[in-house]
Amino acid sequence: MVDVTPHGADLIPPAEVGEMELYHPHSWWTKYVFSQDAKVIAIQYSGTALAIGLVALVLSWLMRLQLGFPGTFDFITPEAYYQFMTMHGMIMVIYLLTALFLGGFGNYLIPLMVGARDMVFPYVNMLSYWIYLLAVLVLVASFFAPGGPTGAGWTLYPPQAILSGTPGGTGPGIILMLVSLILFIIGFTMGGLNYVVTVLQGRTRGMTLMRLPLTVWGIFTATVMALLAFPALFVACVMMLFDRAIGSSFFMPAIVEMGEQSPHNGGSPIMFQHLFWFFGHPEVYIVALPAFGIVSDLISTHARKNIFGYRMMVWAIVGIGALSFVVWAHHMYVSGMHPYFGFFFATTTLIIAVPTAIKVYNWVLTLWRGDIHLTIPMLFALAFIVTFVNGGLTGLFLGNVVVDVPLSDTMFVVAHFHMVMGVAPIMVVFGAVYHWYPKMTGRMLNEWMGRFHFWVTFIGAYLIFFPMHYVGLVGVPRRYPELGDTAFIPPSVHTLNEFITVAALTVGFAQLVFLFNLFWSIRHGKEAGDNPWRATTLEWQTAGTPPPHGNFGKELPVVYRWAYDYSVPGAAEDFIAQNDPGPATQGGPA
Amino acid sequence: MAIALVLVLVVVGSVLFHALSPWWWTPIASNWGYIDSTLVATFWITGAVFSAVVLFMAYCVYRFRHKEGQKAAYEPESRKLESWLTLVTAVGVAAMLAPGLYVWKQFVTVPKDATEVEVVAQQWQWSYRLPGADGKLGTSNARLINADNPLGINPEDPNGQDDVVVEAADLHLPIDKPVKMLLRSIDVLHDFYVPEFRAKMDMVPGMVTYFWFTPTRTGTFEVLCAELCGTGHGFMRGIVMVDTEQDYTSWLQQQSTFAQLTGPAKVGALADQAKAVAAME
Ligand code: HEM
Ligand SMILES: [Cu+2]
Ligand SMILES: [Cu+2]
Repeated sequence: MVDVTPHGADLIPPAEVGEMELYHPHSWWTKYVFSQDAKVIAIQYSGTALAIGLVALVLSWLMRLQLGFPGTFDFITPEAYYQFMTMHGMIMVIYLLTALFLGGFGNYLIPLMVGARDMVFPYVNMLSYWIYLLAVLVLVASFFAPGGPTGAGWTLYPPQAILSGTPGGTGPGIILMLVSLILFIIGFTMGGLNYVVTVLQGRTRGMTLMRLPLTVWGIFTATVMALLAFPALFVACVMMLFDRAIGSSFFMPAIVEMGEQSPHNGGSPIMFQHLFWFFGHPEVYIVALPAFGIVSDLISTHARKNIFGYRMMVWAIVGIGALSFVVWAHHMYVSGMHPYFGFFFATTTLIIAVPTAIKVYNWVLTLWRGDIHLTIPMLFALAFIVTFVNGGLTGLFLGNVVVDVPLSDTMFVVAHFHMVMGVAPIMVVFGAVYHWYPKMTGRMLNEWMGRFHFWVTFIGAYLIFFPMHYVGLVGVPRRYPELGDTAFIPPSVHTLNEFITVAALTVGFAQLVFLFNLFWSIRHGKEAGDNPWRATTLEWQTAGTPPPHGNFGKELPVVYRWAYDYSVPGAAEDFIAQNDPGPATQGGPA
Repeated sequence: MAIALVLVLVVVGSVLFHALSPWWWTPIASNWGYIDSTLVATFWITGAVFSAVVLFMAYCVYRFRHKEGQKAAYEPESRKLESWLTLVTAVGVAAMLAPGLYVWKQFVTVPKDATEVEVVAQQWQWSYRLPGADGKLGTSNARLINADNPLGINPEDPNGQDDVVVEAADLHLPIDKPVKMLLRSIDVLHDFYVPEFRAKMDMVPGMVTYFWFTPTRTGTFEVLCAELCGTGHGFMRGIVMVDTEQDYTSWLQQQSTFAQLTGPAKVGALADQAKAVAAME
């Protein structure tokens, strides 16, 4: 039938190069702080990302308080609202999700899953984290700068981003933002090169590309995309920095600022938008593809069934990655670019729906005739599918150029992107944390806190963002700190806004329970053992839990099969580990 | 188990919410009913897909949840099923895209008889300019803007002299006449958005953007800014009144032209400035 394995057991070639000497830390500092071990770096990345993510979460509460109860909180002026909004959006997308999926999960899982002792360039990997931390600190500094952080929106569109009508526009706010992004990109590039080279060169014997777990495929493709997309943001940031600091006019045409003729001349604001979205759209998938990969493995493991259509899943990931570089201007249908671009970008955008739909089909078909264990990771995976399908489908509204015209820049868009790139990937993050925490600490997360966290988060998030689409449909624009008396907005919309705020605060509270659980279970969680989920992939077959420095014992594991030999007919157990020479299967020895 | 029930409830709840909620778009006041129909068609298709996928999941969770002694099937892939699903999806996507592009073609094709109306945005107010008796708008340039010439109209251009200038006041439009809205900003990005007209477009300093529509209902409509333009963004409102032909004419007669506003005294000074700017560029 299918030939997922090019090599049989005896065909696995001997190692061509001997193992390299690993760097061994000698002091507490080099072991836990300036560590070159990908697992420690992963935890540093994750901890930093979650900490700054908490700031973004609190900012979302403040925004929701203002939207639900306008006029009640004096300190939330329009300036403050825009600052909260900008920092919330930027932190969530870049400093939380990108850093967590690639720097966090990427660092932890890639070496373990491909059977390597560490990343290929451990020193550069360490630098990557410290530069990321610096980027976060610069970002945080902007909260304390005179005039506060920038309030230009996470899209940072010029000219307003660097003018006086926008908070932080003429103060240090915008400069710190741009510098922080530039640092982030430098740090990311160091890590990213590592992830790519490790996947390509660091795999253990027998681990062919088509035997990689989908988690690795997702993170790998996302990293390649990020390496191609971030440079566009990088140059945009540098050019804007020049416009702001030394009077160049890349993005600044001749304008009149608050009654004064500005010295700028001849630049193009739309050029910035092209650069931004050439980065910004792939960015959506940089967050989504790792989530796709991880959720595939969660579903397969907890449904005790091979992922359905593995090869199709790999090609869908790669195809989505490639296509996502030719759809960026669907964010610009009403930007004033040439209207004929609309035909092209609407077509490419809707074409992407096909490989995306295939992924969804294959997830749900994996459930079909499975042996579904409703563990917490599985629950979060199911919640991911629901929210991702919901958000993906509203993408068909916004991608279909003419339907986007009435909806663009309304709360419909806010609801859409939160569903698809906010809630859905976060569900996977949670699922993944419940799944791999036992490997990282040796203990399970507390079950009851976990279930409470799941139910409140899933139902709550749906109640926040599903009704929000209808607020947008009424015509309420996004980025409005209050609606005032507007004839076409009925009072019931205000009631709905109050409801959404209450839901948002409730969901926020549940996240504190999650954070508490993370700390509490380190000491009080149930002992996990090496392989509590009875999973096939290599990270569960390490020489101890948490895995020691160097990951595996004396010998690196040799891989005989794909990552999805669950419930193989006739096998003694309902899983066969990748490094088990055991019986022949479709994905195993020929 | 609870999760299977909740998944069903998500579908039922979402469908009921859609059907029963009072929150729907404002009654349309332009010719873009096609946009509304495409949107409704998209709701039907996507709603069906959402319900099907989530209900299928609910069934799987219910039917195949772990029980003592249960074993999952082993089926790596099915070429046939995957090809069929791909095909059906492609057809569904094309069914949404085709009408979408068809309507977009109309949206970007401005009828020949459309009257030009200029909207000029600045932080944070709306101004307008209508062509005078000659039916043509004069040229403009941001460098010409000053207190006497807030829209930067070129005083040297004869076409501009009779242009009607409506500074920071309401715009009136006659019913059933197609209009091409020429959009200009003198400082940052803005977006001219009237929910009832369905159309919107960003206004970009340094260039002129546009969209067209035909007002189909008289009344007073609120203009909102739909592109973040600084702290006043949420408060950047205006009014468009769609009038009968008669009302429109009488409104128009009360407005002043560019020549009237500048007056002979200032014309000389403005013209000098125009020459200076022209020399600079
Ligand atoms: C319970 C969780 C969350 C709540 C209650 C929430 C709430 C909000 C609110 C009220 C806004 C401003 C809407 C406006 O006025 O236009 C916003 C904007 C935004 N949010 Fe969230 N959010 C949440 C989670 C997330 C997550 C996980 C992401 C990650 C992708 C995210 C990304 C963004 C972005 C990119 C913006 C746009 C900022 C801008 O307009 O410049 N949010 N959010
Ligand atoms: Cu996009
Ligand atoms: Cu605005």
